[in-house]
Amino acid sequence: MFGEDGGLLRELLVERFNYCIYVVLLLIGLYAMIAKNNLIKKLIGMSIFQTAIILFYVSLGVKEGASIPIYKPEHDPHGHHAEDHADHKPKDANASSSASADAHDDHHEVQALTDEQTRQYANPLPHVLMLTAIVVGVATLGVALAVVQRIYRAYGTIEEDEVMKAIMEESQGIPSTKGSPKSKKGASKKRKAKKA
Amino acid sequence: MRKLAVAVVVLTGGLLLYAATDFAAWGDPESPASDSDVSKHFIAETGVDTEVPNMVTAVLADYRGFDTMFETVVIFIAGIAILAILKLTGKDATKTPGKRKDEVDDAPDLIVTHTVRLLVPIIQLFAFYVLAHGHVSPGGGFQGGVIMGASFILVALAWDLPRAMDRLSVDRAILLAGVGILIYAGIGLLAMFLGGEFLDYAELSTIFPVSREMARYHAMLGVEIGVAFTVTTVMFAIYASLSSKGRLEGGL
Repeated sequence: MFGEDGGLLRELLVERFNYCIYVVLLLIGLYAMIAKNNLIKKLIGMSIFQTAIILFYVSLGVKEGASIPIYKPEHDPHGHHAEDHADHKPKDANASSSASADAHDDHHEVQALTDEQTRQYANPLPHVLMLTAIVVGVATLGVALAVVQRIYRAYGTIEEDEVMKAIMEESQGIPSTKGSPKSKKGASKKRKAKKA
Repeated sequence: MRKLAVAVVVLTGGLLLYAATDFAAWGDPESPASDSDVSKHFIAETGVDTEVPNMVTAVLADYRGFDTMFETVVIFIAGIAILAILKLTGKDATKTPGKRKDEVDDAPDLIVTHTVRLLVPIIQLFAFYVLAHGHVSPGGGFQGGVIMGASFILVALAWDLPRAMDRLSVDRAILLAGVGILIYAGIGLLAMFLGGEFLDYAELSTIFPVSREMARYHAMLGVEIGVAFTVTTVMFAIYASLSSKGRLEGGL
């Protein structure tokens, strides 16, 4: 495809290696979520899955020859506002009444970046999305861990099959004396409470 | 089950890799993510619309302010949910034995506590720097809030939970998390009452002696402070609830 031998592999492993990494991470997470029996391991899988998506977005935002999306002083349209702010205050007041589109026509010094300058900055949007996704991810992971702790408190185990067995026994009305040796007072107490 | 999982994973992986060949190459300046009109607009116009040089902060707190507000609400709800799920109340709280088997009841380590004593002020100062300087350098409310929350968690790790909760009790933490959202929404509503749209910060220039661009700068700092309140306190509330299994006392 690119006039080289091994077109597809080259395309995938050389030019799109970042996607390979994210796919591998995503698959590790997916496998852990499906196959692992331990609820904490499932959550670790979920976290790895999430990290894969974050890496995917961040690597999409990479732009060759571009800097981070923060204006260099020479490009910042308001870069010199410190000294000429006082002079233009009346102008700003006038501008505020007109539409924002002509607002920056009034100021000669405030101009949008040219295409040439735009090319020097990476797209801020993937960074913004992942910034919030990371923090929200921590919060949701916290909720998930809290649920797991609650499950442990109720059933004395965080192995999925044992929890399922306990739930099945409960729904069939089998007395809980046969419960796993690990299960504590809290478990039987909760079951009694549910029956009542 | 395991074989089924492997089959699902291999199938998904194959599809994803197949789709990956259609994605743009690494760092391609012509890729849709880098060459779209939205991207160009944000890069070219952020400096005109606002006085914030950090486009990430401007997009986060201004262009996508509504989204960020509800991200903050999500964090707040997560904090409440964790307390609701885990916190022991009434009979359960008194019935629970005071100490678990695995609980360490040693006195706090001298070296650790003295190091933490020196570190915490620096961490908190850095958190304020990241928060307040988020407009001109990488940083902002989420980052500053997480660093600030980490300083409280460090106190809880080095001594024990009550010592950290003397400084920030979980009840107060949830209250402050709500205050953070109120700050955010309050700035948005203020802009609305001044004649603009919800979260249209430029309208604040009618009551503050600054230009419209500068009003957006300051309002962004305001909402970032709100975000930082929520993130700090919820991070600590999550740690306190999870580490003590809802008893909110004792060491790790």
